[in-house]
Formats: sequence, C-alpha cells, structure tokens
Amino acid sequence: MTEKPKVAFYWCASCGGCEEAVVDLAEAILDVVAAVDIVFWPVALDFKREHVEAMDDGSILASFVNGAIRTTEQQEMVELLRRKSQVMVAFGSCSHLGGIPGLANMWDRRSVFERVYVETPSTVNPDRVFPQPSSQDDGHELELPGFFDTVRTLDQVVDVEYAIPGCAPTPNIIADAVKTLLSGDLPPPGTVLAPDVALCSECPRIDSKPEDLSFVEFKRPHQVLADEGTCLLAQGLLCMGPATRAGCGALCIKGNMPCTGCFGPTSQVHDQGAKYLSAVASAIGVNDPEAIDKVLDTIPDPVGTFYRYSLPASSLRRRKTTALEG
Amino acid sequence: MPEKTEQTETSSDSYEPRIVAFFCNWCTYLAADLAGTSRMKYAPNARVIRVMCSGRVDPQFVLDAFAQGADGVLIGGCHPGDCHYQEGNYKALRRYKMLKRVLDDLGLEEERLRLEWISAAEADKLRDVMDEMAEQLSALGPAQLEVSEEDLEAMSAVEEVTA
Repeated sequence: MTEKPKVAFYWCASCGGCEEAVVDLAEAILDVVAAVDIVFWPVALDFKREHVEAMDDGSILASFVNGAIRTTEQQEMVELLRRKSQVMVAFGSCSHLGGIPGLANMWDRRSVFERVYVETPSTVNPDRVFPQPSSQDDGHELELPGFFDTVRTLDQVVDVEYAIPGCAPTPNIIADAVKTLLSGDLPPPGTVLAPDVALCSECPRIDSKPEDLSFVEFKRPHQVLADEGTCLLAQGLLCMGPATRAGCGALCIKGNMPCTGCFGPTSQVHDQGAKYLSAVASAIGVNDPEAIDKVLDTIPDPVGTFYRYSLPASSLRRRKTTALEG
Repeated sequence: MPEKTEQTETSSDSYEPRIVAFFCNWCTYLAADLAGTSRMKYAPNARVIRVMCSGRVDPQFVLDAFAQGADGVLIGGCHPGDCHYQEGNYKALRRYKMLKRVLDDLGLEEERLRLEWISAAEADKLRDVMDEMAEQLSALGPAQLEVSEEDLEAMSAVEEVTA
C-alpha cells in the first residue's frame, strides 16, 4: 500500500472559525481523513512542533494555514511548515488577505498594547506592565513571542501556492479545493481556489439590481428593514458583492445581510477596497461637492467598510506609522 | 504590480517631492501642452500620465502611485459641465472625495492628493497648481508610505515595549 499524502493544519492570528469550518465539512471530512494522513493540527491532535521539525523537508503534501501573521512565533511556525511542505495554502480571509485582525494595521504595537493593557475599562494596571519577549521570574527566564507593528498576510511572509478564501471558507469551497489538491492536476501557483467572478453573478437577487445605481444616502443594516427579494445595493446598503469573489453561494445575502467582502477580490483587482470604493462613489446620485460630502457622511468608517478583510493585502497595507501618536 | 522605480535620491538637504499627475486628454493635458509651447516655467516635480478622462483614474492607480513612492498625486480634469464624456469629471470628483476620506484615515496628509479642474486654456492655472503643490509637498517631506520588505524585517527586530 502506498503511503497516504500528509497534510498539516495550523492557526496564526485568527478566531478559530476556520478550524470550525474544517469540522463543518461534516461527513465529507471522513472522505478527507480517508484520503490523507493529518500529521499536525494543534487544535485537534496532539502532535508537537518537534514532530514537525523531525520530518523531512517537503514531506508534507500541503499545509493549510489560517490566520494572519502577527507574532514572531507565528512567523517561525509558518517558515517551518513552508520548509516541510510541497504546497502552502492560505486558508481563510486572515491568512489570504489579513482579515479582521488585519484592521489592527490602523494602529501599531505601542497603541495596541496601550489600549489592551491600560485603557480598557476592565483593566487595572497602575504599574503599566506590558508583555515582554523575555523576563525573569524566580530565577527562571520566561519567553513570549514578539509582537509585530504590522499584521501581514501569509504570502507576505512565506511563498504561498494557493488560497482558499472566506471568513470562514464554506464547506463546498474547502471540499472542492481539497479535491483539486489531491487530484494531482494542480492549477498555477497564486491561484485562489474559488470562482473568478464577482459575487453578483451568483446572487439570487441579481435580477433586481438596477442598471444605474444612484445613491443619495447609504444605510447600515440596523437602520433599515431590508426587503428580502431586492438587490441590497438598490436599497442603499453597502453590499460588497460587485467587488468580491463568488463561491460562497451568497450566504449572507440569503440571510438578508449585505456582503462584507470576505472572499476578497477577483484576479482582475489587487486592491479590493479601492475598487469597491470606486464603484460605490461613482454611483452617488449628486454632483454638488457639498451634497456629495453629505452622502459620504453616511459611511462612518470607510476603511473598516471597504477594507474589512483586506487592509494588510491592500496597496498601502496599513495606516502610516508616523501618523500614530507618540 | 509593476516594479518600483529606483529611488533617485540626490542629497538629503535638496529633497524634491515626486508627484504623479493624471491629466485628462481634453483639458488639463492640453493646458500642460500650452504651458510648454508658451515656455512657462513651473516646478518639474510631476510625472504626467495622460488619461482619456479624469473619470478613468481608478483609485487603485492613486494608491499604487503612493505605494511605489509618490509623495503626491494630482488629478486634473475638465471643469464641471465641460467633460468630453459629460459625466466623467463628476465621477472623478465623487471618487476623489471618498478616497480622500480613506487616505485621511490611513494617516495621509491632506495636501498629498489633489483634484483640480484646469481647462485647455488655463496654462497659468496649471503652472500655479504645480508650483503650489511642489512647495507644499517639499514642506511636508517624503510621504514614506511604501512598506518595503526590509521595513517589515526591521519591524520584527524591534522587540522592546516601553511604557
């Protein structure tokens, strides 16, 4: 009997939802487990880093890494997995584009620590104790991973062959991707393993999308009782469908919520936020500068709206560090 | 994405801001042409890119310019009502206003992105805008928006967190 291909799973700066997504494969996971040998999966199996280190370079067929790169430990682990793996797969929005943790690029280490360890209402820290990469306690030297100023995507740290998009990737997307990887007929490196068209193309409400959108006000989901059959853009909601890759089956829209862009852009676009901003702004229905400002005032957090999952992968990657206080 | 152009540093005390200028084919580019044939003198800091319409300027172009080392971006189009394609300059205006908000959140100074309506006859306005922008950007100094791989490495080297 030939040996089954080895796969590894790892998580970095993420919420654990991607791990859930793997389990969400339900019975289909049995097919995956039957076809491969899982050699490393900290959230579910008791293999340690030293076991990975002991493997031959390139002996793992594919490593699926979710989460953005935020600490030195995460960087070390993905570098290790890169050496041991033939194929590196960015699994989920954080690993692919930076994801929600990537919005921390609006701050830096100092301001994040200040907020978390001093300013939060539930924190009492009069001595201003911050985590240190190394410290002494009772004669022992203790170490913590270092914390980067900037959150990075996986492919900004190591070479990555494929990405499986989504927050979290949907079961059908994962199953298709795994099938593709096991088939041996591999797509060119850099491929995002999902359809390369905009979400609107698979949206059940596409027929109600007007030829010419004309916004005079943007609404947020809590401000409006959205009609369940009509295009959400036509109802003034900022649905990111036009600038987002298809493949999820329009799950959020079926739940009557606008798309927030977790599948990232199609291959034709490299800055999802800029592209969506462009599409939305040009469809504003007024021309007078002051009237335009009034319409734009209804988007209270432009970066968080347009770059919700993709700030580290965008052209500028982060807020200018010199613009941060201190 | 195209390769980043080589930094042409002269010396630190003679900083020259780099401006990427997107001029529309029908008005502002002709104004630049007129300024040239009229032998006007103005700040030589802009690299002019001719586009068919200011409405063709994708916000991605602007962000890419900054990401590849521009200190400022100038968009020039026809006056409202004069667009060769009727609506293009209004689209440019709306996008510019939206992009400006995003760039403000990302810490970019106000003066670094500018939209001006300059007709084919307004060579003097073009000169004034170019001079003024070059002067403002010189005062601001480099935009420092590129995050190079070296910078990212350096970030990882800084470990100490002090109060």
